[in-house]
Amino acid sequence: MDQALSHLFEVKVPSASTSTIEMPPPFSTSAPDFERDVLGAIYAGHGDELPVSVFPVDGTFPTGTAKWEKRNLALEIPAWDPNVCIQCGKCAMVCPHGVIRIKVYDSKDLNGAPPAFKSTESRDKEWQGLKYTIQVAPEDCTGCGICVEVCPAKNKAETRLKAINMVPQPPLRAQESENWDFFLKIPQLDRRNIKVTSIRQQQIEEPLFEFSGACAGCGETPYLKLMSQLFGDRTVIANATGCSSIYGGNLPTTPWTKNAAGRGPAWSNSLFEDNAEFGLGFRLSIDKQTEFAQELVGRMAGVIGEELVNAILTSPQDDEADIYEQRQRVDLLKEKLDRSDSPDVKQLLAVADLLVKKSVWIVGGDGWAYDIGYGGLDHVLASGRNVNVLVLDTEVYSNTGGQASKSTPRAAVAKFAAGGKPRAKKDLGLIAMSYGNIYVASVAMGAKDEHTLKAFLEAEAYNGPSLIIAYSHCIAHGINMTTAMSNQKAAVDSAEWLLYRYHPDRAAQGENPLILDSRAPTRKVQDYMLMETRFKMLTKSKPDEARRLWREAQDDAVSRFRLYEYLAQRKGNVEPPKANEGGKT
Amino acid sequence: MTDISTTYLGLKLRTPLVASASPLSHEIDNIRRLEDAGASAVVLYSLFEEQLRQESLELEHHLSAGTDSFSEALSFFPQPDEFQLGPEGYLDHIRRAKEAVSIPIIASLNGTTIGGWTQYAKLIGQAGADALECNIYSIPTDPDLTASVVEQQFLEIVKSVKSAATIPVAVKLSPFFSNMANMAKRLDGAGVNALVLFNRFYQPDVNLDDLEIQPSVLLSTPQALRLPLTWIGILYGRIHANLAATSGVHGPEDVVKLLMVGADVTMLCSALLRNGINHLRDVEGGVREWMEIHEYESVHQMKGSMSQIRCSNPSAFERAQYMRAVKSMQHVTQS
Repeated sequence: MDQALSHLFEVKVPSASTSTIEMPPPFSTSAPDFERDVLGAIYAGHGDELPVSVFPVDGTFPTGTAKWEKRNLALEIPAWDPNVCIQCGKCAMVCPHGVIRIKVYDSKDLNGAPPAFKSTESRDKEWQGLKYTIQVAPEDCTGCGICVEVCPAKNKAETRLKAINMVPQPPLRAQESENWDFFLKIPQLDRRNIKVTSIRQQQIEEPLFEFSGACAGCGETPYLKLMSQLFGDRTVIANATGCSSIYGGNLPTTPWTKNAAGRGPAWSNSLFEDNAEFGLGFRLSIDKQTEFAQELVGRMAGVIGEELVNAILTSPQDDEADIYEQRQRVDLLKEKLDRSDSPDVKQLLAVADLLVKKSVWIVGGDGWAYDIGYGGLDHVLASGRNVNVLVLDTEVYSNTGGQASKSTPRAAVAKFAAGGKPRAKKDLGLIAMSYGNIYVASVAMGAKDEHTLKAFLEAEAYNGPSLIIAYSHCIAHGINMTTAMSNQKAAVDSAEWLLYRYHPDRAAQGENPLILDSRAPTRKVQDYMLMETRFKMLTKSKPDEARRLWREAQDDAVSRFRLYEYLAQRKGNVEPPKANEGGKT
Repeated sequence: MTDISTTYLGLKLRTPLVASASPLSHEIDNIRRLEDAGASAVVLYSLFEEQLRQESLELEHHLSAGTDSFSEALSFFPQPDEFQLGPEGYLDHIRRAKEAVSIPIIASLNGTTIGGWTQYAKLIGQAGADALECNIYSIPTDPDLTASVVEQQFLEIVKSVKSAATIPVAVKLSPFFSNMANMAKRLDGAGVNALVLFNRFYQPDVNLDDLEIQPSVLLSTPQALRLPLTWIGILYGRIHANLAATSGVHGPEDVVKLLMVGADVTMLCSALLRNGINHLRDVEGGVREWMEIHEYESVHQMKGSMSQIRCSNPSAFERAQYMRAVKSMQHVTQS
């Protein structure tokens, strides 16, 4: 204390500002007017000074606005080493903030590249002759370091280095900002030329969820970003209140964004407890409008032409190529309709875009899905309608500060479970499976990323209700967020978390619908629990209770694995349940 | 009846077979099973200096991380009335072990620097431990650190622990000193009640699949016996402190050899982890059988009988014999 006192010195505060550094405007001057003048003013803390008249009359806000924030949070950012990189795409996949981007492009697109812009040959056989770049958004990165942790490629001469390494941000800020701007101008590869079933190709898809204000290293956002890459240009999202509604749409900005064609997810948050119903409403409304559009198209075959009508009404829209062609047809349809001004035409023009398949996603955390919104979720799943439910399962109410939910695993300490959760985690997936016609998957990206990708593709493709329960590491677990993907792996290796997919279509084909993708546990649950403060702290506050609960947690994991193993080993159903009962698109 | 009792750290032990510090002693049930299988004493797993120092910092870090970053949540964890940080959990473990068994319980403190942790020696005695094993486990990696500084640090740690302890103190050491015998003598002079020879050193491995340095502890093999055998043989009769042999004690003959060169007790760890706790019964039976067949009356009688000062060829412990051994190897390879 004496030392501290003896080293105190006075800072003279000048009467007037002497800094020569210009305070930049809250949002770039190149932002569109509304973003710059209205959202920028709110961002700068001047929202109270705005007149009501500047706000959108219908309450709709533009997307793609988080990119104007340029928060410059990171002291260190990842830097790419093209010589070491094996182009696996894992860094981009896990990036919670959408700041690591990959593009594959023609060499002519490199014209005018800044001197420090990095590029190499694409290693993928199907993209031979094309160029490959991994670029980081230096001012949007939070410096969480998860990308470096998951990078599997090591520098052979110096193994502490990988294909992507954390380096100080300030010296690179200007150079990498210039590179980032150039990178954005490079056109995206045609989605029809991307094999979405392989991460190394799929990850070049443009994320339509970027720069969210989630915690650095968030475990939820990589799943949302993946969904936005796969289906974002035709997605409608109902979001339950919680972390994902806060980082997803906290005024003035939103991380949900749009592509060069102006397409991107439409997103809204109603309440906490009604989100499943809110999303079902989207589905019903979209289905009705699609049905109406199809009816009008059929009625107007004379104007549109039989061939185009048939093509529009019978297109399966099963993959990117189908979707692309359907969009072309709808454009052609609009062109033809422009020449007519009958009431039917006006009505059809209003709903013509609904002729392209829409993907409805109902998103929320475990507090919503397991607890407060469970009744509604159950109704919606039982409706048989084609909705995709994504549960970002942090096993605790994260947004409100770590209260226990029915998803909280046994022995975890949380608010309202200060002595360790005394009961096992509710098995939401098993309950959903009991209906027989619901696609159910349990995933953990950090344990098996290819499995996560497969589940998202299957869930969306399934013409009925789908439920994905996604293990999401969280700051409320008391963990090192940089290495959190290894916690996910430990959870799966110990059978604390199971990987599986239940596909009703398999049952319809007489096969067992359940595939257990987890292997038998290779480590003890205790090994996983020791990695997380939520479990470990009980050993320090109530050691005896911790010992008992940890033993029970181990028993839970083993018996649950055995149950799933048994269910997955059964022969296919003799009489398969009806898939997609009542389902419509 | 053959008398296989021995005395170690002032404790009268039924046999010279002691369970050394290992993960087995984390469970009280295992300590009971060790007693049932015939262990004459149990050394508990180590309480680490770093554990005492960092545990509270780590807990504080994780309990408060993110609490300043988000206005809707000011904390993410409940605040328990108190945390048992520091040595409380370990002290409680000593108490419960003492209640569970009647054999002596030897606690283990592991550290490398002078600090407040050495004072826990006193609390360990108050918790009921019969003795304390102080494990000085240093891996000096600084090229500017001289041997004499390292050795001095060892002595200071030992003095500090001794001054706090009210129970006998053993020191578990590494063999890597320029002159092991001198180091042993200086520790003896500092009042240490026993030397435990030797620590199994943590030596990492290279994982060729993911190019990582992999931390792992190898279980000992019977070959590891030669190192404690050599130094116990040399030290016996030259220092006052008791000598405990650890590393490579796997079967009855290993125990007999170590007793003969001068060990007061032999400590088993890897053999029990590999073969189970009941392996102790076989070792004890084997020792008794060997002694009966060879007509030894007691451990006391055989203790030190093959040490350097009592054996027929003391030079076998020295360099001259090394030269002969190497030459005979050449002979073998040429024939």
